[in-house]
Amino acid sequence: MVLVIRADLVAEIVAHARRDHPDEACGVIAGPEGSDRPERFVPMLNAARSPTFYEFDSGDLLRLYREMDARGEVPVVIYHSHTATEAHPSRTDISLASEPEAHYVLVSTRDEAEPNHAGHELRSFRIVDGVVTEEQVDVVETYMFAHTGADDVPDRDASV
Amino acid sequence: MAVTVSIPTILRTHTGGEKSVEAKGNTVGEVINDLEARHGGIAGRLVNNGSLHRFVNIYVDDEDVRFAGGLEAPVGENSTVTILPAVAGG
Repeated sequence: MVLVIRADLVAEIVAHARRDHPDEACGVIAGPEGSDRPERFVPMLNAARSPTFYEFDSGDLLRLYREMDARGEVPVVIYHSHTATEAHPSRTDISLASEPEAHYVLVSTRDEAEPNHAGHELRSFRIVDGVVTEEQVDVVETYMFAHTGADDVPDRDASV
Repeated sequence: MAVTVSIPTILRTHTGGEKSVEAKGNTVGEVINDLEARHGGIAGRLVNNGSLHRFVNIYVDDEDVRFAGGLEAPVGENSTVTILPAVAGG
């Protein structure tokens, strides 16, 4: 399992998390149904306005799902921040997770965050029936080659 | 009266994969009972000790029934009932 996600979308998630700190930030990245490709960044209001909890406002949630339905989209990524703990699903996250096909992306804005090579602590998980599985995150500049295996991509030096 | 009920992904195991199903009832509670009769097991995912589960949102048309009487909320003819699990966590 792997989340392939564009760098600009990762930057949007991180910026939202930093902007809302010390409260948790949350949102989705919608993408075409069946594509597993996050495309449309949709930051959501944390109706709980809390450093330890997040919840989409119920009216916003209905509008979001109607809009995605109308566009043939699903929530490919559901993200939120942890402001004092690591970027790993909490027990509450696990018990409330209800999109078995989504990538649950967590970003930590804690002081002692352990940044990856890109300078932030961001991880992705599947949460299905209470079981959490971490997955690799591949940050790409474009999805142009995302649907082809490594063997299908022409050797860039071949024509030189 | 028959209404259309929109089913979220996580509950489609109860509806044979259907995204939307028909049900009958004049209130949200009656609609849920009718859903249970047709798609066994679904009510337990929506109702807890006689009231709506805290982290499941049910809407009649555009209104969250939590603000309209909960299980007693009226469902009109040609209404759409939408079930959406909360997107929430800690």
